[in-house]
Amino acid sequence: MESSVLRRPYRKTGTLIKMAPENPQSKQGIPEIEKKLLERIEASARPLRIMHVCGTHERTIAKYGLRSVLPEEIEVISGPGCPVCVTPEADIDIAIALAKSGASVVTFGDMMRVPGSAGSLLDAKAEGTDVRMVYSIDDAVTLAEKKPEQEVVFFGIGFETTVPANAATLLRGVPENFSLLVSQKRTPPAIGLLSRDTEVDAFIAPGHVATIIGTKPFEPLAEQGFPVVVSGFEAYDVLLGISLLLAQIEKGEARVDNGYPRVVKSEGNLIALKMMEEVFETADSEWRGIGNIDSSGLVLKKELEEQDAAKRHEDLYAAALGEIRKKAEGRDKKHCICAAILTGKAKPSQCPNFGKDCTPKNPAGPCMVSQEGMCYNWFKYARIGGSRRA
Amino acid sequence: MKSTTITLEHGAGGEVMQALIGEIILKNFNSKSTGSVGLESLDDGSTVKLENFDSNSELVLTTDSHVIIPAFFPETNIGRLAVAGTINDLTMMGAKPLALTCAVIVPEGFPMDDFETIIKTMASTAAEADVPIITGDTKTVEKAALDSIILNTAGLGITAAEKPVRDSGLSRGDKILVTGTIGDHGISLMAHREGFDFDTDLVSDSAPLWKLIEPLLELKTPEGAAVITAMKDPTRGGLANALNEMAEKSEAGIILEEEDIPFKPAVSAACEMLGLDPLEVANEGKAVIGVKAGFEEKVLEILKKHPYGKDAAVIGEVSAENKGEVVLRNRFGGMRYVDVPAGDPIPRVC
Repeated sequence: MESSVLRRPYRKTGTLIKMAPENPQSKQGIPEIEKKLLERIEASARPLRIMHVCGTHERTIAKYGLRSVLPEEIEVISGPGCPVCVTPEADIDIAIALAKSGASVVTFGDMMRVPGSAGSLLDAKAEGTDVRMVYSIDDAVTLAEKKPEQEVVFFGIGFETTVPANAATLLRGVPENFSLLVSQKRTPPAIGLLSRDTEVDAFIAPGHVATIIGTKPFEPLAEQGFPVVVSGFEAYDVLLGISLLLAQIEKGEARVDNGYPRVVKSEGNLIALKMMEEVFETADSEWRGIGNIDSSGLVLKKELEEQDAAKRHEDLYAAALGEIRKKAEGRDKKHCICAAILTGKAKPSQCPNFGKDCTPKNPAGPCMVSQEGMCYNWFKYARIGGSRRA
Repeated sequence: MKSTTITLEHGAGGEVMQALIGEIILKNFNSKSTGSVGLESLDDGSTVKLENFDSNSELVLTTDSHVIIPAFFPETNIGRLAVAGTINDLTMMGAKPLALTCAVIVPEGFPMDDFETIIKTMASTAAEADVPIITGDTKTVEKAALDSIILNTAGLGITAAEKPVRDSGLSRGDKILVTGTIGDHGISLMAHREGFDFDTDLVSDSAPLWKLIEPLLELKTPEGAAVITAMKDPTRGGLANALNEMAEKSEAGIILEEEDIPFKPAVSAACEMLGLDPLEVANEGKAVIGVKAGFEEKVLEILKKHPYGKDAAVIGEVSAENKGEVVLRNRFGGMRYVDVPAGDPIPRVC
């Protein structure tokens, strides 16, 4: 069943799929995979709540308006899948404190707008600190090489997808003035949490993360009775995923299907995993809007404390943490419902701030900040599909 | 001897400045007058002679300042951007460009060769649209105050007897056309700035559109109404921003067909990789045009004759529903709103 769908004649390995045909003539040449998959889904549709746990899946679903074409009974909800969203305020505050101390703080673009307890890195940049946006950790290393007298801190965020690149960089060796502020998360413990307290029937597992960690870490979910499919990020990948889940449910099965075999291997990327193990060890970690999740974070191993921004700038780190705790005591809780949104118990439209005091231009909560954020995507793309069910 | 860099004296009004104007600006601007007093007179101003225009014609005046880092990017530079931008602003109003001004603010230390290249580019871009640059101004500032060149161009144009073409002229049933591939300028610039190599010769699309658009302005329906109902250049904020403005001002909805929007494969690939929406990426040589239904093929035929219009396409139409909103429909019927971008596109983490 899979092979006929997965062998796409117009997608060459290593090239990115085109958003639109190069010229109108090629239009007829495109097989209407999505329509076929939708027909298959229609034919076996039944009331179903499917959760995906990846911001890029939310983006695919919103960008292609998938909620507007799926049968009414099938509801696709978004779990905690945006690394920017779940980065705690304290980590952002510490990054800002480092920038204010004179270090160059370097990070990914979508981290820039995320508010800490008092402003974002973009605000800190406007105040004159050296905050830079890069596309990869390599750019940060290059900066450190070019300016040997300058402390350069790479603010490393993300799940298992971005961790190997950071590990590889440290293993290759970095200049003395370079350090890593680690705010990275592991996916499996969070998924474990979701399956304990959830209204969900089945899961779409993240293809990017599975590329690194493989499909095995998702098996505990299937053992608990949840059908799981690992999916890619084109519209047809997500539709194929849903159709595979329906097929499992029809037969009363619960297992982990690989709906993204052109990229994902069941054992994952062994080289990347080995590098991660060499550099990082697991630790408990705070998820914004959710709270602490056991063993869901990563810290640098002791041998690498020279490159660990938290150790290298220990005094500053401690002072910033003290400041953050002091602020937290005197502050009113904001009334965003991030926690409920991130765990799939509420939709963005149920948040009193959504679209009013919280918009992409002026985000109050983290889910509105990133293009991977559930609220951002609802605001931006999903009102047609969203309003039907809101 | 000609100096190799700009100094503060080049803007001081004395002999050094006169030499700069003579040797670089006057020498390179070929077309510099359209009345009895032109740029070469170096008078306090220049004149524009108005002839052969209907008494109902209106003058259109526009101005635009340009600052872009780096000033040089694939195939061209800020000079082309500044001249094409102002010509296009006049063109989008349905006005024939009559004359341009050129004001330059340049920091000391700016390489003289680069300065001359920019001036030459301005001249050749203006020549493409047969528009003279008739007056100007040069100021120099300290290095600490500015780290690149700033150009301001104002443009004077005149409409034909009919009303100017507005953003707000769309009505139900009109077809929406775009004159070519979307996102080339923004992506080529981003790739250049960040040192990405997409293994392709993607360059900025910056171009003056007057000659492309001029023949469309004469088209009339059998009832005598203008065939072109609205027009806008999708610069910053891209197609998303331009169409939303048109929809809002026209109090109409726009439905786009995703697979009809022309993109260069490199732009689509770069956008996928960087997590950008190509609809939000800047264009500097494209127009979005509202056309009365039934005339879109005629308009396409005219556009495709010009090199700047060879990839022109009908990308959607104006609907009565979704007033003020832009909706995108993909090839399997999925629909989403196309919103106004919040700010400059920011690449994503994974």
